[in-house]
Amino acid sequence: MPFVTPKSQQRTYDVIVVGSGAAGGQTAYTLCMEGARVLMLEAGRRYRPESETPMFQTPDLAPLGGVGTPQKPFGFYDATIDGGWQVPGEPYVRTTEDHGGRFDWWRARMLGGRTNHWGRISLRNGPYDLKPRSRDGLGFDWPISYADVAPYYDKVELLIGVYGSNEGLENTPNSPPGCLLPPPRPIVSDYLIAQRARRLGIPAIPGHRAVLTRALDHTRNPRRLHPDNGKAQKILAADMQSRAPCLWATPCGRGCSIRANYQSTTVHLPPALATGNLDIATDAMVYEVTLGPDGHATGVSFVDRTTGRHEHASARVVVLAASACESARILLNSKSAHFPDGLANSSGKVGRYLMDTVGSDVSGQVPLLESLPPLNEDAADGHQLYTPWWLYREQLAGKLGFARGYHIEFGGGKRMPGPGTGAGLEWLTGGSYGAKFKQDVRRYYGSFVYFSGRGEMIPNENSYCEIDPGGVKDKWGIPVLRFHWKWSEHETRQAAHMQRTFADLIEAMGGKPEKVETDGAKAIAPGGLIIHEVGGAIMGADPRVSVTNQWCQTWDVPNLFVTDGAVFASNADKNPTLTIMAIAWRASDHILGRMRRKEL
Amino acid sequence: MDRRTTIKWMLAASAAWPARRAAAGEAAPGAALLRPPAAPGYGADPDLVTSHKRGEFWPLTLSAAQRRLAAVLSDLIIPADEHSPSASSVGVVDFIDEWVSAPYPTQQRDRPIVLNGFAWLDAEGARRAGKAFADLETAGQTAICDEIASAARAQPERRDAARFFALYRDLTAAAFYSSAAGRADLGYIGNVPLTKFEGAPPELLKKLNLI
Repeated sequence: MPFVTPKSQQRTYDVIVVGSGAAGGQTAYTLCMEGARVLMLEAGRRYRPESETPMFQTPDLAPLGGVGTPQKPFGFYDATIDGGWQVPGEPYVRTTEDHGGRFDWWRARMLGGRTNHWGRISLRNGPYDLKPRSRDGLGFDWPISYADVAPYYDKVELLIGVYGSNEGLENTPNSPPGCLLPPPRPIVSDYLIAQRARRLGIPAIPGHRAVLTRALDHTRNPRRLHPDNGKAQKILAADMQSRAPCLWATPCGRGCSIRANYQSTTVHLPPALATGNLDIATDAMVYEVTLGPDGHATGVSFVDRTTGRHEHASARVVVLAASACESARILLNSKSAHFPDGLANSSGKVGRYLMDTVGSDVSGQVPLLESLPPLNEDAADGHQLYTPWWLYREQLAGKLGFARGYHIEFGGGKRMPGPGTGAGLEWLTGGSYGAKFKQDVRRYYGSFVYFSGRGEMIPNENSYCEIDPGGVKDKWGIPVLRFHWKWSEHETRQAAHMQRTFADLIEAMGGKPEKVETDGAKAIAPGGLIIHEVGGAIMGADPRVSVTNQWCQTWDVPNLFVTDGAVFASNADKNPTLTIMAIAWRASDHILGRMRRKEL
Repeated sequence: MDRRTTIKWMLAASAAWPARRAAAGEAAPGAALLRPPAAPGYGADPDLVTSHKRGEFWPLTLSAAQRRLAAVLSDLIIPADEHSPSASSVGVVDFIDEWVSAPYPTQQRDRPIVLNGFAWLDAEGARRAGKAFADLETAGQTAICDEIASAARAQPERRDAARFFALYRDLTAAAFYSSAAGRADLGYIGNVPLTKFEGAPPELLKKLNLI
């Protein structure tokens, strides 16, 4: 009985995994495939992508044309359930509402968490990204190098399916043969952007996204992933055969009922459940890790949201994978005589060094793309091409005024018309209406391009979360987080550089940027807006200044692990999800080894 | 627009047509109507795979006179032509009614702009020809629209009306281009399952000097 309630769950498990997203899904997958008995606790409701995904629904079928509202911030058809930057009954506090000092915390309360709606961009951290302090003296080095993580990037790519290409560019790692799926073909605007970017010395290469451009190799991949495990190979082979490749339509952010892209619910959980080793309890809001007299974690306490009752579950090992800030919150709320400031917090670093991604966008209109013939440009839902950071040498030579890089996500094309298609055109039309307006909309449709910079933030002492000293609690009575946030000039100057670069790119296409903000402090998106928050329980080599070791094992409690983004010691420009999965897989292998040796 | 501006604008609009108030004023909002009735919205977990009817999640609130004006104005912005039908014939009025009746911050911000804009149009029709806007000849309607179609070029005393027109044009376009007729008008051929994605056609790329 894979889906359980507090009444039907077993008395004890090998491992409790808190959270069911990228980290929880990967952790449970790795553990269950290798025979461990796992209880997964998810705060949100059960979610069935195969029947709940709005594939092909057009905007006229949705209220308000499907535009975002506070109840569905990414639009009506976005996969997120009971989530967003505000979750009713589950507040958080911040020290300021100011643009530069605020932090907005995105959560989802559903099985699979944020993996159901994420952008699927799957970039590997490079060698510099794991040793940034060694390179430029700022931030922290990870206690592991690229060589330690590389085999796990390989595994994750083979399991979930990632398209891309190997270009051999600096700090932009290649994957070994057979790991990547072929990239999708570019659309017209991709060709134009790439051509003009090259003239400016800016590369444009195939993107990497967790979308199946063809079926996964179900004979080879399972053998590579589980070499000595026939049962795991058989389960995974069957599961891979039931995932369909992309049908080149309907946005990935809605989720995918044919399982053509990665979501924890469609990729990690089905094979893990098929082993019979995974029990999942949804609506289980974990708030505390319980500690035994021997200093070992005994399990977790949670609120059953369906009954409001407080429950407990026990296991040999506890893994927090609840998302960076939620995992930090659980640790900080797990107070005892031995750990008065929160569990595993002898360093005082739990909640510290929160990082998001630096984000800044410019869009523009390009006459060369006007009035093109009808084209199906749904493609892979964007990100056929992208630009990795390209100014490593200039940056290291101190020529840029900021220490870390960014990549560029860009796009255009004749996307499905919707509420935004004919809106806000007055800057181009001069205010036409009537027959002329209809002609204008036809002319401009498909002629817009956007550039989104996604850059590295360096951890600092002023960006952190703590339990709210004002005593605010959520509707379950659990103390909430208070956020502190501050950008350094490394981030704001980077945002200004993005704006200038994107304006140059649009002008190189013969186009007109809509709005360019040269003040980096205004151009930078507020903390949390890019939803790449990591840190809060960083890994390190020194227990005095980090929360976990390189295996995601807390220094203070030997059978307590954190496998989500909380352990990131830096937040490279590369989107964090692929790295979260690679780190979680590596930690899970370590947990399995220790359990086999009876050390856990 | 803040509340003070809204009230100022409302008073100015109503002051402009005292003589015809009873006839034309049907479309004029009372202060209480500037806020829609409280409704919880569709919640954070709506059913995404069934179709939803306008008015299902919150009641529609425009009066018959307001809906008539909305249809006339939408069709001035998006009339029928040889490519596609007019805005009002593809449900744009229902969309706008749903929009201004919705319980969310953006829509609640837009509601007084739209309702006051309707009242202003009627007041302007009354001032010029003694008729509600919808009852004017087309030439009379476009004469008014011409003065407010561009926020950049509008006279200072027309600026609020121009802001209303820009919003209303955006809403009309939002509804029209979200519809099947709007998609067809733009030649959109996606949102269909393909076994293979071919990418940009080589002949087009050659023509554009991109390969």
